[in-house]
Order: sequence, then C-alpha cells, then structure tokens
Amino acid sequence: MLSLKVNGKMYQVDVPVDTPLLWVIRDTIGLTGTKYSCGKALCGACTVHVNGQAVRSCVTPVSSVVGKEIVTIEGLSHDLQHPVQQAWLAEDVPQCGYCQPGQIMSATALLAVNPKPSDADIDQAMSGNLCRCGTYQRIRKAIHRAADSMAAGGRT
Amino acid sequence: MTGIRRVSRRDFLKTGALAGAGLVLSFHLPPRGLALADGPAAPYYPSSAFLHIGQDNTVTVFVNKSEMGQGVYTALPMLIAEELDCDWKKVRAEPAPVAAIYNNPMSGMQMTGGSTSIRTEWQRMREVGAAARLMLVAAAAKAWNVDPSSCRTENGRVLHQSGKALAYGELTRQAEKLPVPAKLTLKDPAQFKILGKPTRRLDTPVKLNGEAIFGCDVRLPGMLTALVARPPVLGGKVRSVRDAKAKVVPGVRQVVRIPSGVAVVADGYWAAQRGRDALEITWNEGPRATLSSETMRSDFRALAGTPGRVARKDGNPERSLASAGKTLSADYELPYLAHADMEPLNCVVDLRPGSCEIWTGTQGQTANRDAAAKMAGLKPEQVKLHTTYLGGGFGRRGNPHSDFVTLAMEVALAVRKPVQVLWTREDDMRGGYYRPLWYARLSAGFDGSGKLVAWQHRIVGQSIMKGTFNEKRRIKDGVDLASVEGAKEVPYEIPNLLVDLHSPEQGMTVQWWRSVGHSHTGFEVESFIDELAHAAGQDPYQFRRSLLAGHPRHRGVLDLAAQKSGWGGSLPPGRARGIAVFESYGSFVSQVAEVSVSAAGAVRVHRVVCAVDCGMTVNPAIIEAQMQGGIIFGLTAALHGAITVEKGRVQQGNFDDYPLLSMDEMPIIEVHLVKSSEKPGGIGETAVPPTAPALTNAIFAATGKRIRRLPVHQSALTSA
Repeated sequence: MLSLKVNGKMYQVDVPVDTPLLWVIRDTIGLTGTKYSCGKALCGACTVHVNGQAVRSCVTPVSSVVGKEIVTIEGLSHDLQHPVQQAWLAEDVPQCGYCQPGQIMSATALLAVNPKPSDADIDQAMSGNLCRCGTYQRIRKAIHRAADSMAAGGRT
Repeated sequence: MTGIRRVSRRDFLKTGALAGAGLVLSFHLPPRGLALADGPAAPYYPSSAFLHIGQDNTVTVFVNKSEMGQGVYTALPMLIAEELDCDWKKVRAEPAPVAAIYNNPMSGMQMTGGSTSIRTEWQRMREVGAAARLMLVAAAAKAWNVDPSSCRTENGRVLHQSGKALAYGELTRQAEKLPVPAKLTLKDPAQFKILGKPTRRLDTPVKLNGEAIFGCDVRLPGMLTALVARPPVLGGKVRSVRDAKAKVVPGVRQVVRIPSGVAVVADGYWAAQRGRDALEITWNEGPRATLSSETMRSDFRALAGTPGRVARKDGNPERSLASAGKTLSADYELPYLAHADMEPLNCVVDLRPGSCEIWTGTQGQTANRDAAAKMAGLKPEQVKLHTTYLGGGFGRRGNPHSDFVTLAMEVALAVRKPVQVLWTREDDMRGGYYRPLWYARLSAGFDGSGKLVAWQHRIVGQSIMKGTFNEKRRIKDGVDLASVEGAKEVPYEIPNLLVDLHSPEQGMTVQWWRSVGHSHTGFEVESFIDELAHAAGQDPYQFRRSLLAGHPRHRGVLDLAAQKSGWGGSLPPGRARGIAVFESYGSFVSQVAEVSVSAAGAVRVHRVVCAVDCGMTVNPAIIEAQMQGGIIFGLTAALHGAITVEKGRVQQGNFDDYPLLSMDEMPIIEVHLVKSSEKPGGIGETAVPPTAPALTNAIFAATGKRIRRLPVHQSALTSA
C-alpha cells in the first residue's frame, strides 16, 4: 500500500510499485483529465506537477512520487479561476482538447519559474507537448496573456 | 453519465429537476417542408429531437455530428440560435443518439466526415430554430390574445408591441402543444446577429479542467480493461498461444482468444499491458507477410508507364502532347500515412442479454451500431451507442469496417462484462488503416507560342472506397472518384487534358485521411503547375492566374494570398516564397509559404499566409482555427510523415519515428477570409491540400531543388 497526495488529498493505493503514475491517477484514483497518448514521454499529454515541476506521468513510477505533492488538471481549478485556464478560455485554445490538460500543466509549470517567458522560452518549455489539431499559435498567445495577467496580480 | 461530461451529483439533481418539469419542446423536421410533432421524450436522451428548450430558458441542441475539434458542437447550435433568436449564453450542446433523422443526407448514414457538417445542416438547423421561434410566438400571441404578427422576438423573449414580454421558458408548455409550422421563412443573411461572427466555442470550458469525457475516460461500474495482442502482419491469425505467464500478472482477470488475436482482460491498463507483454504467441502471418512499401513503389512506377482507366478526357491529349513544341514530365510520390489522433482508438461495450450499450468517440455511428448489432445477434435498435468527445478524428474514427468497435465487440462477446478495449499508441499506428501510398506521373506540352496546350495526370494507388459502404456512390465505371478528386477537377485552362487511374489491389488496408484524395492530388497538381511556370519563365502566381480566367473564386483567394503575403516583395536573405491554390469540398484555399533552407538541408517554415473562400461563414474564429490546424497537419505530413512497410510490418510505432510538428517548428500563420454570399463550403479538410505544394514550391524558390517525393528529406537539400 502506497500513500499518495494528489490535489491536496491523501490516497492509499494498492498497486505494483513500478506502475506509472498516469495509470494510478486514471485507473486507481479515477481522475481521467490526465491523458494517455504515447506511453513513452514523447507527447506530453500525461503531464502533471510533482512538487511544482512538470512531469510526464506515463514514465514516472508511482513509487518515486510517494510523499510528494502531485497536482493534476483537476487540481488546478474546477471553476477555471487559474490565470492559465482563464487565458486558455480567452484565447479559445482547444480544438479536440485531448492534449490540452498536458499543455496547461506544462504552461503553468513554466510560468511558475519564468513569469515573463519569451517566445524562445515557450518553444523550449512547450515543444514536448504535441497537438495534432495544431493549436500552437493560440497556446503561445494564451501563455503570454497568462503571464501578463499574473504580473498584473492574478494568482498563480 | 451523459456522453460528454462526467455527471456530478449536483448535475444529477439538476437533470432530475428538469426532467420532472416535463419536456417542453421536442420535435424534428424533415429537411424541408412537412413538419411533424414528436411526442414528449426524456430531455437528456431524446429519440429524435434536435432542440430542447427548458423552463429555465436553457436551450439544448442535440448535435448529430461528432465533435473532434472541428467545432461542430458550436457551429450547429449557432445555426439554430440565429433563427431562434435565443440568448446565446443559454445554449448548450449535447450529443445526439443514433437515429435515422440524424443521418447525413449525402451518405444516408449518421456520420461526420467529408467536410459536410455545415453544408448538410446549414438549412435544416436554421429551419429547426425558425420553427421553434414561430411556435413560441404563436404561444405568446395566444396567451395575450393578439395577432402573432404584432409580436417579435429578441434574445430569448417574445415581445408584443404593447410592451408585454414573455421569456421562452415561460412559453414552452403551451408551445409544445402547437403544430410545427409547415411554412418557414428564414432570415435574410443581412439580418444575422450570430452567424458570421467570431463566437467562443461551447466545448472550451470542459476541456480546461479535465471534465470533458473522451472514449478512454468512460468508466462504468465493474468495468474491465482489455488490450488485444494482434498479429504483427495485418490479417494474420494466432497459431498458438501460451498464456500462463500472463495469467499470473496481478490484476489480470482473463486471457481469451478472439478472432482478431488474444485479449488480456484486467482491472486496469497497466495490468493489461503487463499481461499482454507476457503472452507467448506464434502467428500465421497470412498473405501480407511479403508486403514491402519499396516493392510497391517500384510496381506503381511501372504501372505509371501504362494507360489507366480514364477519369477525364478533354480534346486530344495524346496527339497534342506528341506534337507539342516543348514538353515536360515529372513523377511525384507520397507515402502511406497514419492519422495519429492524439487519443489512441478505444471503445467501451456493455453487452447484456437482449441489449448492448457502446461508448466511443466515433465518426460513424450508424455503421458502428449496425456492425455491433450484427455481431451480437441483436436488432440495431437494441444497440445504444453514446458518442463521447473525440481526441482527434481526421477520418480514422470513421472506419468503414468499424474496426475499433468490432474489436471491442469481440472482447465483450468473450467476457460478457462491461469492458473498455484500449489501443496503445503502437497498436494505433501499426494496427490499422492508412492514407494510401501514391505514385503519379504528370506530363504537359506547350505549343510554339508558349501556350499550355496539353496536360496528362496519371495516378497509381489503392482504392479507398472499394469494399466499403461508399463503393456504389464513389466508384464510377471502375474509377474511384476519391483517388482522382482534385486531379479530375483541375481548374487550369488547358484544351487537351487526360486524367487516368490505376487502382492496384495488393497493398495495405487503406482509409480516408483528412482531405482524402485531395491530400495527394493537391501536391501533384500544384507542384507540376509550378514546374510549368518556371519552365515557361513566368512568375508562378501570374502563371496560375492567367490560366484561371474561368475560375473567379480560385483567382480571388490566389490574389488575396499573394497580396497579403507581399508576393514579389523583398525578403530577408535566404528566404523564399511558394504559392499554391486548391479547391476541395466546395471551398477555395490559397497559401503562400515562406521558407529558408540551411546548408545542412534543414527546412524552416517561417510564415504561411492563407486565404480562404468558403462562401457564407458560420464562425470565422473556428474557420481560422481549422485553417491553422490544417496547415500544421499538412506540414507535419510534408516534413515528417511516412509509414513504411517491410515484410508486412509497419515500421513506425510512436511519435519518435512518426513525429508531429511541434511548437518550435511552427510558422506564423495568417488567415484571411474572402467575404462571400455563396452557399457555405466545407472547412475541416480544405487547408490540407495546398500546404505541401506551397512548402515545396518555396523550397524550390529558395534552393532550385524540386521536391517530388514526400516527406521532404533533409539529405536531398544539403548544399554541399
């Protein structure tokens, strides 16, 4: 039995220690906002925060995150109050939407360490998050927008 | 659970309250004319309604199309809302169930594809809104005892000239008792308040907090998860299986032989994958075990030297080519491609005695339901199919053989418990259906005065439509119209013209892939016309323009793209522009790509300017997004995309060997709309065809190297 803290809540999970965090989140805890797409850390759809850092949960063994703060898309803000979600809403970013939880989690982690990212910073931080619909241009705009609103006093 | 959102306890209460209030307006209309009332139905799962107006003024539109990112859960509600004059803030979309009323009139089935949603629903959805509005006005007029003509509507209310007003929600109970009007007058487009205005998508909020339910997110009580080991060569069969090691993996419940392979049924994904990895299977590989895409290429090249079935013939192309003063010929090649939707395929089945429920993100509801019913020995109406959000479609989720549903049915028939059949990325990329490999030979001739007088376009590639429900409609006189679409309709003014086709039968399982035949003909036609312009010593934009006198809409987008891109103007050193124009699905798109190529041959796309004429528009913001997305889809294919086959095995499996364009490779994309009062054209696929040729024409302008085989290979462009 492992003890996990996800979105501020403690869970006792009975899973093999090598189970990727992604499947514990989706199948054991039952939060389905975090997505599977490649299983090999190639696309970023499964991105969550572990102690504030963007992590590909599909290749992260659950045993390595015991005792750490895990945040999924559901933990950001259900009513879309987080400035990154607000920016995504304002730019109407999603198309199919499948990659967007991962995009949002990567962008949030970027803004936490770099409150005013340049386009090059965004390329650097976001190029591991693939989007087949091609929403990249609006993602870039939304990150700049979120940076502006956070600088103006929006909460992180 | 509804199809698309996780229903919380709070939502159940809301649903219950609304259901308790009774249905207030539920009806359907045949596409035109005669309308009929349809008795009350449960508001959250109507049998055949497009619209429900609640007593709380909520307007629910049951959308008969699948939302795969193209924005149809916003666009179709906009059509209804425009004519209904309701408060847009009160509008929501729900997936429609499966019923004949929801069929696509072009195909006679409930499906989403062929960029048809707006084209087929433009009139019908507006009629639904207009009919409902008239009924609400009639109900208000009756309540006030006034003439309906003294009433008007605005923002969800009926207003009388005396100043009296009633909200729609207050009128629904009376309105539903009235006959659906048979005669409708739709708004003059000049009066539109919603249509043609950039409008935020209704599905955005649930896609930002994890609430949106895709097929893989469906959870049922007692549901098991299965992965299926399928043959490494498509069409192969299990010879023998040893499953002892799989069965002892914790969480594995069952290992079952099914017609398609071996299913490992477990408590969750990870156990299922571990179990599947532990299977020891030997396969009979079947007839595709010798397939090789390299061999197919050379076979196709040989076929390109012999006449094919004629798709179009004008004048005397053979004679005019033979007697031309100057001739040119070039071969173009395009590879197999995977759809690579971000959400790998999946399907949930709950099979019970006498009934079957299916949850999946699908583009082909009728075909899926009927295939499942046949397998289960049920009548189609005993199968209830719920459409979830689709994590991408691009054609793959409209499989003509319902492959991801029949696979799940095979497992469900074996285990008889609610089961979710998931595909890994590798299963998805290797286990299925591909855009065909194409080989094309183009030849042209100029007469002594330099006029283009002959054009011949020979196409070699597998038929997509053969053996599918579209065969009768799409194969005429042995010519698969989808193979030649865009080539047969070449718009350039050329007096002698031949388009012919070979459809070799050996090969892979093939399927429509965003823009279907246009995905290759766009590259071939728009590359070759560019080659001809250069051969004639003319500007590629002006050369096209001079041959499009009879095609004003082609010219319109071509001119707009050229103008907005600064065609002919100066560029930073090393950069060059390429242009292309193409019609598909009733819409016209021109693009100018701006590229540079490094000494090592690396291509950088800096900017793509896109002009589109799709007739009257519903939501320009979604059109812009679709153009951006189509261009990225086209660039991904042109720069990176190739599925190759060796010994019957697909050699790619994941995003490391089948890469998608990423943020750092992304050009700036500018989209410009032509204002038009023409009837609406399609949008979802139309940006793809001109992208590859605009790119490779720009590469030619930058380097003098003509790319005739996709994807672009860096090694072909090194300046060393």
